[in-house]
Amino acid sequence: MKILVCLKQTFDTEAKIVLDENGKIERQGVSLIMNPYDEFAVEEALRLKENQGEGEVTVISVGGQQTQDALRQALAMGADKAVLVDPGDVELDEYSTATILAKVISGMEYDIILGGFRAIDDGSAQVAGRVAEILNIPVVNMITKLEVADGKAVATREIEGGSEVVEVPLPAVLTAQKGLNEPRYPSMKGIMKAKKKPMQKMTLADVGLEEGQIAPKVKAISFSLPEPRKAGKIIPGEPAEAARELARLLREEAKVV
Amino acid sequence: MEFKLSEEQEMIRKTVRDFAESEVAPKAGPMDEAEEYDYTLWDKMAEMGLTGIPFPEEYEGAGMDNVCYAIAVEELSRVCASTGVLISAHTSLCAWPIYAFGTEEQKQKYLVPLASGKKIGALGLTEPSAGSDAGSVKTSAVLDGDEYVLNGSKIFITNGEKADIYVIIASTDKTKGHRGTAAFIVEKGTPGFTFGKKEHKMGIRASSTYELVFENCRVPRENLLGEDGKGFKIALMTLDGGRIGIAAQALGIAQGAFDEALKYSKVREQFGKPISSFQGLQWMLADMATRIEAARLLVYKAAYLKDQGEPYSKESAMAKLFASECAMWVTTKAVQIFGGYGYTREYPVERMMRDAKITEIYEGTSEVQRIVIAANLLK
Repeated sequence: MKILVCLKQTFDTEAKIVLDENGKIERQGVSLIMNPYDEFAVEEALRLKENQGEGEVTVISVGGQQTQDALRQALAMGADKAVLVDPGDVELDEYSTATILAKVISGMEYDIILGGFRAIDDGSAQVAGRVAEILNIPVVNMITKLEVADGKAVATREIEGGSEVVEVPLPAVLTAQKGLNEPRYPSMKGIMKAKKKPMQKMTLADVGLEEGQIAPKVKAISFSLPEPRKAGKIIPGEPAEAARELARLLREEAKVV
Repeated sequence: MEFKLSEEQEMIRKTVRDFAESEVAPKAGPMDEAEEYDYTLWDKMAEMGLTGIPFPEEYEGAGMDNVCYAIAVEELSRVCASTGVLISAHTSLCAWPIYAFGTEEQKQKYLVPLASGKKIGALGLTEPSAGSDAGSVKTSAVLDGDEYVLNGSKIFITNGEKADIYVIIASTDKTKGHRGTAAFIVEKGTPGFTFGKKEHKMGIRASSTYELVFENCRVPRENLLGEDGKGFKIALMTLDGGRIGIAAQALGIAQGAFDEALKYSKVREQFGKPISSFQGLQWMLADMATRIEAARLLVYKAAYLKDQGEPYSKESAMAKLFASECAMWVTTKAVQIFGGYGYTREYPVERMMRDAKITEIYEGTSEVQRIVIAANLLK
């Protein structure tokens, strides 16, 4: 079974976001991690392979050279090979990334494609769905359980107020939601093996695309940081009085009760 | 000269840090409080391959270098010094001498389960009257047929009672002093081998420290490790490597305390502003960070020399001396930065300061490190 996992390198969840003088997000000095939702996807791919007793897990990413760290982590967890498409210094949106991914994938063998349902940085939750659309295969989003047998996938997915069980023929794209699994830590042997595993690096030209074909359809006009959280208010006085005052403030000022 | 870590060294740091912060850190305080280690953490570390980092894959090790090993001990100790010494004593003091001096049969029988983490290891060297003067061990081993008969006791044994496999240094010929010593591999459960007193310590309280008692304990002759007469030498060479582990532990404790102090200094406000805005405190932070960086370079260099197959006795003693004194100094400053809160068990720096002290004492006191360094300088 050929399993593909699309993954993205994102800012560390604890990274402090600042804007540079041009109002763009400052990337210098920020520690980078594998998008946590993609980590669920990698783990699920490895479990699928282990349960099936055979198979191959290939991780694919679009990004700069430093993205190799995230791919290498997936290899250390147990993935078999990695493909990195470095488009160079160009602006990308979800359309661009999905176009590149779909183009690379269309030249590969695959039975199932996994990915996180969204990335924690831009949070647009579009890329995997777009890839499925371009490849003309089904997509099931936000899965929390997956079973694969006889050329079919049965997935449980989150819906408003409950969950839904969906059956799709393979190949299909499935996106991981939190709760799907608990990703493993790379083992020391895995780390040692990772450096010997194949890491294929491609440019846009290698993929067979030109810059014009991936020109973004969406343009970010400006970025702004959220308002800093205001300091809390401490209500002094005797407990009974303070509680009365709190209730009044919640009702009249905060208007939440 | 290259001051950059390799890709796998970077990766082991990230991996062990993630593991330490998510799995070990939440348990560090409670385990210290209970004076009990949660060995489910051991099983997780075994699964990750942290129990045999510097040994070849053919013995179920990870096949990594000693710099990787030092980084792993550092990162574990950054959140929990008891976890750091558990791995360090197991790896450096028990698995390593078996790897370095054992026969192929001994390696298959003992190193393989140690490296894979199926078994835990310990070293029995110190005795009530043989501490820094390790050559004067009184525990005796007398050959009787195909077995050595061990009598005596060992104290302050790290991983004592919890370990399955022990390397024991004993005297086979009292008339020859330290040239009449030998090392033995003794399994837990061997008749005549029991555990005495459990030590209640100032720090690393989750680490198990026990007295080992040997009463007519019969050990098969094939469990002699290395040559008879070389026990003291094996112990000294083992401690040379062990010092890298303890130096890495000290480094981790210092880094952990610094990270806590730095974070706290930015949020704690006095006189209407964060205490980190006061120069007196900034200078403390600068000195702490500088000493830690110096300690790190010494520790990694000692590990690097060992990896290169070059002499490292002096450098490992320097690393251990400097890093342990750095840990004591930095943790004391960290408690100072936390003020009254730092003295309470609400915050981890109190535990870290207690944990730091042992690094100046075990596997050779700071005074012994100076003797080792001076002896190397003057030879």
